[in-house]
Amino acid sequence: MENLIVLRDIAVDFDGERVLNSINLEIRDKEFITLLGPSGCGKTTTLRIIGGFVEATAGDIFFDGVRINDLPPYRRQVNTVFQRYALFPHLNVFENVEFGLKIKRVPESEGSANLIKIPEAERRTMVKEMLELVGLKGFERRNINQLSGGQQQRVAIARALVCHPRVLLLDEPLGALDLKLRKEMQIELKRIQQSTGITFVYVTHDQEEALTMSDRVVVMQGGNILQIGTPQDIYNEPINAFVADFIGESNIVEGVMRRDYYVEFAGRGFDCVDFGFDPDQRVDVVIRPEDIDIVPAEEGMWTGVVESVVFKGVHYEIAVEGCGHHWIIHSTDYCEPGTFVGMKLTPDDIHIMDRELAEEQEAEGADEA
Amino acid sequence: MKRNHAETVLTSVPYLIWMVVFTVIPLLLVTYFAFTDETGALTMANLSAVREYVAVIFRSIWLAFIATVLCLLIAYPLAYIISRAPQRRQRTYLLLVMLPMWINFLLRTYAWMTLLENTGIINRLLGIFGIGPLAMINTQGAVVLGMVYNYLPFMILPLYSVMTKIENGLIEAAQDLGAPRSTVFSSVVLPLSMPGVMTGITMVFVPAVSTFIISRMLGGGSNMMIGDLIELQFLGNAYNPNLGAAISLGLMILILFCMSMLNQLNEEDKEGMII
Amino acid sequence: MKKRSWVNTGYIGLVMAFLYAPIVVMAVFSFNESKSRALWTGFTLDWYKKLFTNEVILSSLGHTLLIAIISAVIATVIGTLAAIGINAMGRWMKSLVLNTTYMPIINPEIVTGVSLMLLFVFIRDRMGIPLEMGFLTLILAHITFSIPYVILNVIPKLRQMDKNIYDAALDLGCNPAMAFLKVVIPEIMPGVISGFLMAFTFSLDDFIISYFVSGPTFSTLPITIYAMTRKKVSPEINALSTIVFLVVLGVLTLSNYVEAKREAKTSY
Repeated sequence: MENLIVLRDIAVDFDGERVLNSINLEIRDKEFITLLGPSGCGKTTTLRIIGGFVEATAGDIFFDGVRINDLPPYRRQVNTVFQRYALFPHLNVFENVEFGLKIKRVPESEGSANLIKIPEAERRTMVKEMLELVGLKGFERRNINQLSGGQQQRVAIARALVCHPRVLLLDEPLGALDLKLRKEMQIELKRIQQSTGITFVYVTHDQEEALTMSDRVVVMQGGNILQIGTPQDIYNEPINAFVADFIGESNIVEGVMRRDYYVEFAGRGFDCVDFGFDPDQRVDVVIRPEDIDIVPAEEGMWTGVVESVVFKGVHYEIAVEGCGHHWIIHSTDYCEPGTFVGMKLTPDDIHIMDRELAEEQEAEGADEA
Repeated sequence: MKRNHAETVLTSVPYLIWMVVFTVIPLLLVTYFAFTDETGALTMANLSAVREYVAVIFRSIWLAFIATVLCLLIAYPLAYIISRAPQRRQRTYLLLVMLPMWINFLLRTYAWMTLLENTGIINRLLGIFGIGPLAMINTQGAVVLGMVYNYLPFMILPLYSVMTKIENGLIEAAQDLGAPRSTVFSSVVLPLSMPGVMTGITMVFVPAVSTFIISRMLGGGSNMMIGDLIELQFLGNAYNPNLGAAISLGLMILILFCMSMLNQLNEEDKEGMII
Repeated sequence: MKKRSWVNTGYIGLVMAFLYAPIVVMAVFSFNESKSRALWTGFTLDWYKKLFTNEVILSSLGHTLLIAIISAVIATVIGTLAAIGINAMGRWMKSLVLNTTYMPIINPEIVTGVSLMLLFVFIRDRMGIPLEMGFLTLILAHITFSIPYVILNVIPKLRQMDKNIYDAALDLGCNPAMAFLKVVIPEIMPGVISGFLMAFTFSLDDFIISYFVSGPTFSTLPITIYAMTRKKVSPEINALSTIVFLVVLGVLTLSNYVEAKREAKTSY
């Protein structure tokens, strides 16, 4: 797959404060890529750099191999679905979607240099088709303030897509919707992306959303990119404790890498699958709550006392105090608080992370904040 | 940096030029005239001459003060009652409050003149009962009446607009917490309406203290105010623009001083509310 | 409860009586046969007939309307552009400009009038530019006191506007000028209109500032009225006021009704 958009050492300062720190990112044609991170991490700024709303202080941005740093937003083959939609309140649904088409100029005929407006009849068909695609057939004459959040969302998508952009930028588009609607729209968006073959660049702070929808996820923090990879990569092989914690609730404990494939934490040694660390190097050990098994105390690798049990629907969230740490465990079996239990792991449940790298990045993140 | 900001700011350039030519320079000219004599030489004579008119200045402040207090006393309950009325009726009341402002204030003041005259309607009506005629026109009372009448809507409207934002729920919550009517008023309604009170006071006091029409029409010759004094220096017999400019400058400083005092009061109030 | 509401209604009635008494008297006596405003001598429509042949009143009414329209239009254009620019300024610059803008509103009108008079005299006498007091100076003065009201009406609308709307227009292919025309202007239109109406009505009604910048040959209606009050107001003015009052009453009632209807519609 070829790269459609390339960001090279992009840095952005706002009022002398650095919000993006020499970002390098390649976005491939027709992929669904998500910029994920907590608020203030620089994900929206990155998106606005691509949209042309923010000028880079340093670095270059290429679109299809051409440098577009100085190209204003209205000349870019990119459209945006804005946070809280930014629909035009003085226009109805049809007029909102038609807005971009009325401005667009197309060649009079194939290969002609003569640019003309899109004829009205053609515009009308295009808008109708697009409203159908997003499931808003028959809503043409509605006012924007008569629509629900989900419907406004669909209008915003239709308005951006009807211009046939090469890339669609989406800035937390589902943030204002309730949980159920959000789930529906996630599937819907994925369907639209696949049926149109348009590259989607999606910004969110919701890790679950990022994992369900994306081909690739870019995890950002404090103006830096921490990790780029498929959802599986990011989830299973987080590069450091921050990513691990952000991507899903995790148990993170300090440990020491005694030798390759052997790590010590919680007062004992464990076999693991990681290697390539210095002998006796201090590391972060990350273990997912669903990877720990609760077993009778005598069968456990280490033990603890059940502190609390919370029913979460699919599973119980069990907190166990043992070996100087609160372990969060997801289990389908109920445990009586106060009981003495054992815990068990397999070697590939243990993820080892470089501690220095994490510390360094955390310090930088604190600077940015 | 964000794009387009510098270009957008440029749209205000025509206004900025206008502002400098027609607002800033004229005020500088007032200052210049206040400190020079007719030959253009620097002098403090105009400013010291203002001292001769202390009686006029105090009369203006005193009458404007009484009118402002009366407006506040009349408007406060009225604005509160309107703000608690049903929506549709609120609109009608507001309309009724604003409507008189559409008739030129000279005519409204003139109407009072004919009402208050010694041979006017009020005295004729009183005459039927064998009272009077009372001397109402050309008194300080008539001037205050004219001010209250003309500027009352300026007090009602800002009060109403802050009071209508006080939710009924807030008042109910205070009652629910056991506050008697008087406490609801002093601890909820009054503090929340304070910004409106301040705006109203400014909007009544400023035109009242500087008026020259009301005092001339209802006060006769003997109740001269700062406004009359200024007018006389520019368009009247006393023609002396330098003195007029000095009095204007004094009036401006007086107003700015009063307003900053009010603002300070208001700010202290806000702090009090946060605590 | 019942008793309280009677007290409330009674109080409102009392204040309204105070506000309307002189107006009612004026309207009633516009139908009075004699010139007296205290003695009723009989019903007549003469004053209304005379009003439409009174050259002085009619020509100053024309001047007033002309000045109000011209100055309100110019003030609205300059003020709206100014508001857009001010809204995009940095904090320091914005507060400087806005505070200067408030000056003519805070300042007593008489000071604004006097300062403009000094400016025009200065331009005429010291700079030798033949600027006579009259139509032009009135227009300039009215624009000056109107612009701040336009700005103060438009700026809140710009603040309320979703900033992304402008970006969205650029995103959909508008250049900055088109984006303003197609998206920003329609969005702030209510503020622009109320600014225009305020400018227009203040211009119609202004006496104090006009008094200082008008000349002997050109006067607006309020100035004519003032000249009359110094002698004796002719009842034709009462007739005119009554007409104005009825027209305004009609317009406000109608717009009130329309607004109430629209609100009822959007609330559901």
